[in-house]
Amino acid sequence: MTSPLEQKKIKISGPSVVTANRTSDGIVIWRTRDGWSGKITDAAIVKTADEARKLLAEAIADDVGAVGAYIAPVEIGDAGSIAPGNLREHIRAEGVTFPLRLSA
Amino acid sequence: MYAYDELDRTIVNERVSEFRDQVARRLSGELTEEEFKPLRLMNGVYLQLHAYMLRIAIPYGTLSSEQLRRLAHVARKYDRGYGHFTTRQNIQFHWIKLADLPEAMADLAEVGIHGMQTSGNCTRNVTADQWAGVVPGEIEDPRIWAEIIRQYSTLHPEFSFLPRKFKFAIMASEQDRAAIKVHDIGLRIYRNDAGEVGFEVMVGGGLGRTPFLAKTINEFVSHRDILSYVESILRVYNQYGRRDNIYKARIKILVHELGIERFKQEVEEEWHHVRDGVLALEASEIEEIRSRFKYPKYETLPELPDELRKAAQNPNFEAWHKNSVAPHKVPGYAIVTLSLKPVGGTPGDASAKQMEQIADLAEKYSFGEIRVGHEQNLALPHVAKRDLPALWRALDHAGVATPNVNLVSDIISCPGLDYCSLANARSIPIAQEITRRFANLETANLIGKLHVNISGCINACGHHHVGHIGILGVEKNGEEFYQITIGGRADEKARLGDLIGPAVPYDQVADVVEDIVEAYLALRQRPDELFIDTVKRLGVEPFRERVYATR
Repeated sequence: MTSPLEQKKIKISGPSVVTANRTSDGIVIWRTRDGWSGKITDAAIVKTADEARKLLAEAIADDVGAVGAYIAPVEIGDAGSIAPGNLREHIRAEGVTFPLRLSA
Repeated sequence: MYAYDELDRTIVNERVSEFRDQVARRLSGELTEEEFKPLRLMNGVYLQLHAYMLRIAIPYGTLSSEQLRRLAHVARKYDRGYGHFTTRQNIQFHWIKLADLPEAMADLAEVGIHGMQTSGNCTRNVTADQWAGVVPGEIEDPRIWAEIIRQYSTLHPEFSFLPRKFKFAIMASEQDRAAIKVHDIGLRIYRNDAGEVGFEVMVGGGLGRTPFLAKTINEFVSHRDILSYVESILRVYNQYGRRDNIYKARIKILVHELGIERFKQEVEEEWHHVRDGVLALEASEIEEIRSRFKYPKYETLPELPDELRKAAQNPNFEAWHKNSVAPHKVPGYAIVTLSLKPVGGTPGDASAKQMEQIADLAEKYSFGEIRVGHEQNLALPHVAKRDLPALWRALDHAGVATPNVNLVSDIISCPGLDYCSLANARSIPIAQEITRRFANLETANLIGKLHVNISGCINACGHHHVGHIGILGVEKNGEEFYQITIGGRADEKARLGDLIGPAVPYDQVADVVEDIVEAYLALRQRPDELFIDTVKRLGVEPFRERVYATR
């Protein structure tokens, strides 16, 4: 997966969201129409570069609440469900891909 | 163990206070992320996929039981109950909250550990042989020199903003257990023909996007002159190293572009000016550092105690003893490696409970001392041989006695795409699958010494270039693919591996490793011809044919 850290131009090829990490604890969050959510299903969906640029600008403006905002692809199901659009985003949304078996 | 003095404690405590203030200002919005990022990085705080990550330095891989117990405490209280030992004698906590970091750092500072020099374009944690001070045949304890360089480089104002990060590794034995040739500066302590002890200084090694092995810049630098010599190297690098292109900023690129002779001329011109200045080390200063390393009061013990003779009847003990126990410089003692590579596990991970168990065992059997190796395993450096059977049972109970050290399942791996924001592909599940394929220890022993190294991106934290089998994750059209190299090695005969062919998809990597191993077993001349020697004798071609014949 090309790291979003290398994302320089805003170019989207399908439905997308804006995601970041919450400043206080680093957890993964998604930009909604009026703030942030810890659930991708709450994310605001953008479909054009202009919409994406606007949503990203709002996200970046919240420098206290979130860190490292960027645009990420999503897949929209037939019933309108939202799922991450690539493996990296799946891992961010769902956690590591192997069982954490170590007992504290 | 090295004993910190008041100055060390003050530096660490002041850093915690500063960081507590910086975090508060960040959380209140007084500091922007752009302002805060370089500050957090100076304390080893990264932002990864799921959370912040705290990287803690374990200088020259030496930990006390008290320190390990405190790491367990941090893992349990502030993280998710485990830590990850890295390829540079650090430990990482992958789920830590920014708001909790000052408290976690304060807890660590109480036992003298911190995250300074684990990030940023400064001199990083100085690494050394994890068997330093206890291995037979060592010229002197390399940690003395690692500590001198640590003190010299910590918060060094001239070298806090180098063109890129800068890594030292130090060895004092013929066998290289610290991968010194893939460091920015590698120091090999040896005795010259005149009987003097000094340093072979190597420079410009490194892996990543453009791998190079370090080149010898000076065959012999004396104890007195080593600090002024490395300062001269750092000055030349600081002046000429590229700051316009991050991919060309490491010293290895400068050395390569100038050529080692020209680079040496520059260094020695600088050295001419500083050699006899404040960095010339007096014998008394060296002795002062040396005296701070406290060695155990060893007993006079038999080489083959009854306990060991009796335990040798147990095949499970004997398998572990043969694999994980190494000779010690003091008769009657041994060095014990603790495998953090259980079948199906994450290479280098240890739970808080395991850390506490190991700390307890270190106190009971190893004078309270633990070592961390770049292979992502731990070691107990001072174990009486009579205690080996009891220790083995306890280590087995803790899940750190898998007798696979240096075997195919002793995999070095970075965290990869499961954690790291730089990664292109996963590393850990690949490692786990390979360990499952080679779970049978009889088979693994039949194969013999074989190092598999996995990196999830070209930054090469898993040192894939120098794995006997190296695996590099790349991305192709949104899918994970893996390039396979063979013939690399990180020891005193270090070399970079050769690519065997086109990258293979995620679900074929373990099959490819099996194919390579099967080819080796069919091709080796004798059972004791190691994989790496077979590759050296035959080259890549027979392995390429085997892997790609059906792909």
